[in-house]
Amino acid sequence: MAINVQPDVQTRWQRYQPGVNDFALMVATKNGSGSQTSNVVLIRSLFKMGIPVSGKNLFPSNIKGLPTWYTIRASKDGYTARRATTEVAVAFNQDTVTEDIANIPHGGVLIANKDLKYRVDRTDITVYEVPVKDIMSKGDFPKDFADRIANMVYVGVCCHLFGIPLDIAYEALLDQFNRKEKPARMNFSAIQLSYDWAKEYLEKRDSFHFEPMNKTQGKILIEGNDAAALGALFGGVSFVAWYPITPSTSLVDYILNHLNLRKDSDGKNTVAVVQAEDELAAVGMIIGAGWAGARSMTATSGPGISLMAEFTGLAYFAEVPAVIWDVTRMGPSTGLPTRTSQGDLLFLYTLSHGDTRHIVLLPGNAEECFEFGWKALDIAEQMQTPVFVMSDLDIGMNVWLSNPFQYPDTPINHGKTLNKEKLEAFLQEKGEWFRYRDYDADGVGYRTVPGTEHPRAAYFTRGTGHNDMAVYSERSEDWLQNMHRLRKKLDTARHVVPGPVVQMSSESGEAEAIGIISFGSNDPAVHEAVEHMAAEGITADYMRIRALPFSQQVWDFIEAHDRVYVIENNFDGQLCQILRMESPLSRSNLVSLTLGDTLPMTALWIHQQIVQHEEMR
Amino acid sequence: MPNALGLERTDYKGATSTLCPGCGHDSISNQIISAAYDSDLPMWRVIKLSGIGCSSKTPAYFLKGSHGFNSVHGRMPSVATGATIANHDLIAIAVSGDGDTGSIGFGQFKHLIRRNVPMVYIVENNGVYGLTKGQFSATADEGQFLKYYGKNDLPPIDLCLEAIIGGATFVARSFSGDAKQVQTLLKAALSHRGTAVLDIISPCVTFNNSPDSTKSYPYGKENEIPLHEIELMAAGYVPAKQEITIPEYPAELVIEVEMHDGTFVRLKKLGEGHDPRNRADATTLLEKASRENLLLTGLIYYEEPRPTIGDTLSLTATPLARLEDSQLRPSREALDALMKQYM
Repeated sequence: MAINVQPDVQTRWQRYQPGVNDFALMVATKNGSGSQTSNVVLIRSLFKMGIPVSGKNLFPSNIKGLPTWYTIRASKDGYTARRATTEVAVAFNQDTVTEDIANIPHGGVLIANKDLKYRVDRTDITVYEVPVKDIMSKGDFPKDFADRIANMVYVGVCCHLFGIPLDIAYEALLDQFNRKEKPARMNFSAIQLSYDWAKEYLEKRDSFHFEPMNKTQGKILIEGNDAAALGALFGGVSFVAWYPITPSTSLVDYILNHLNLRKDSDGKNTVAVVQAEDELAAVGMIIGAGWAGARSMTATSGPGISLMAEFTGLAYFAEVPAVIWDVTRMGPSTGLPTRTSQGDLLFLYTLSHGDTRHIVLLPGNAEECFEFGWKALDIAEQMQTPVFVMSDLDIGMNVWLSNPFQYPDTPINHGKTLNKEKLEAFLQEKGEWFRYRDYDADGVGYRTVPGTEHPRAAYFTRGTGHNDMAVYSERSEDWLQNMHRLRKKLDTARHVVPGPVVQMSSESGEAEAIGIISFGSNDPAVHEAVEHMAAEGITADYMRIRALPFSQQVWDFIEAHDRVYVIENNFDGQLCQILRMESPLSRSNLVSLTLGDTLPMTALWIHQQIVQHEEMR
Repeated sequence: MPNALGLERTDYKGATSTLCPGCGHDSISNQIISAAYDSDLPMWRVIKLSGIGCSSKTPAYFLKGSHGFNSVHGRMPSVATGATIANHDLIAIAVSGDGDTGSIGFGQFKHLIRRNVPMVYIVENNGVYGLTKGQFSATADEGQFLKYYGKNDLPPIDLCLEAIIGGATFVARSFSGDAKQVQTLLKAALSHRGTAVLDIISPCVTFNNSPDSTKSYPYGKENEIPLHEIELMAAGYVPAKQEITIPEYPAELVIEVEMHDGTFVRLKKLGEGHDPRNRADATTLLEKASRENLLLTGLIYYEEPRPTIGDTLSLTATPLARLEDSQLRPSREALDALMKQYM
């Protein structure tokens, strides 16, 4: 078992020359050994040095023992996508050391734990062997922590070999331990020991190096799930129900961590968080809460979405606001719980039996997890419908370099909700109020919530056929009228959801022959690929779709281009399928490019795919 | 005559029922209407919740001045959980059936009770699926025969027993043919702060009403054994002085149970008597009833309620659904300070 690293890509990707502040490190350890802390300390250190950095945790579905890889990429040009090639391998796991050595690219570096059993036959790489036990024996570490702290040895060695100042590593440790000095100092002593050892015994023989720069100033490092949690809390979420499932669990964990943001003057919570017995109940609870007037949400992943299908249809048809985060993982079935995918798109869009179309927001980075986190709650109330936010394991659980989050620029939007006074005024003006009547010709009715002290406020919410007075009806005309209104509501939503982001290659804004469409976590890889291709003379425009349903802009972009590559990290090309299904255009110029290999998208793959297709033309 | 809110009994009605004429469920709806009218229930604070099935249609047939939610099969408990946490001022009345509660919704039923969601949870129990035309439900009698589906080989689930085991603090069984008892138990349940479970045998006149079925009218009329005569005394009532506990209580003993809101349930012992405050007795009684096919009705179990799920969440005093936007969104300064921590 080994992770998909590609040893020999430099030869194919001529422009790429790894070197100062431009290479990737791969750390191979055992899951549950505490290495995550060491890896984040390395990332934080590079961030503090001003070097654009990203980390991808490629971990197993396991508590302890199975192999795990963590790739850290430094990029002076600001590229943060996963790189298929990692020049430096830190081999600290007996189970994978042989393969990890074999996968090092020509000219790469091996930092091996000398206590492991392995053989290095290669002469094309630089090898540093580190006697971890020996180094650790020189320190005085509490027995319970010694094994975990041993992971700091490779941090110390990397500090020496690649030029990370020790004071910066210590600052990173302090951040990691919430500014608590005791654990930071304990871990730092291992870094110091190994740094000193490396300084004395390791002669620098490779060309990889970090140098301070100023490209992370004003930026933040944050996981997407953390960003989503903050977005929800700043969006006024007041009810959260959930059932733990990888990779969405940390989203709710972060809500709990940040609960201090939402305390009243007596220290009481203004948001309820309920752990449900399953996803069926979690979604039922948020629908009950949304119906009763709370701003409600849940977070789940694919299997949970499957369980939520029936209830989602009810909320759609009865028009109850709620927000459902789907932090996607590999499916179908249990699939690969700890691997990333964009495979739920089609399912989310039409979730439930019968004719349904849902709003699905598609954040492409941590900043958008925050933004869509609060916006989703507004859109749900505004459109009176469940709103999905589809993130993925890559955005959700990995650390992303991000701009600091912008405070919401619009007040909280409760949509057309009539309280006692507003209902009275409505009745005065219109002489009537019926729950599902389309008074504004936008498909969205006016709602009341339970507990409104007005004799006319009550109505009956149901998943059964109903007329616009919310009365049970089996009449065909009533059914069709309702479906037409729901379709109109979807059309209204096209103008409400976040529009696509377009990057035109030419300064004049004139369309190139090639267009690229993608969404979500692929964004950094697409940007990188577009720049590399441009350097080779292949220019392309890029549109990142940020929500379903589509707006007219999407069709305009497709029509303006001769051919459009639709890049996705799933197997079936689901975005492309939806585009083909809904396209009003007469010609078909979409080319579906799908990766879906369980790992975050790489620029190299996109580049290779497009070049290949262009050459075949 | 108008009640304290100035409302007539007819004001508490709902739409006309579409159930079969003579359906036990309709008489329960009638008792809900009477209980609400008598108790001066403000309809705007009431929510009516249900799942799917004949019984779940009934919330449309009472309390037209209340918001109703006819949700999905067996999962009304989760909707009730969310709604009552979102607004703790709401008074929740839920109607379910034996299929809704005993089969598809069994898990949610147990977890609702475990969380002690404050609500009246009525099961209109007829031992049969009506809308799909006569399949056995999980509460049907073992060995019973039905026209199309033959013999029922499986033992029934006792929903009262399940409720007590699950931690319910108010558990009653009644018979829809015993209107007075149903109404009194409903009023008592409305005074309870926590999940109040009422398992009401409510005959299906179309599919399960032959005298040999324990869920039939003829059987109920013939065999109902009320455990007590039940009376409800308004708050402010002064209870009898001496109270003697079992096993040695005298034949005429009256048990008075003070509810959370100060009302008293006054139980005048009938037959062998039963003290609903004793959990072991309650479960023994139900097992005996099941073994001997006895339709014992009345307040089977009561205890001072545990904290509700809302109580455990340490929530602000204002209902979450009514929070001002300023309480929902932290300040700009809070975000700026947070962002610095991530730099």
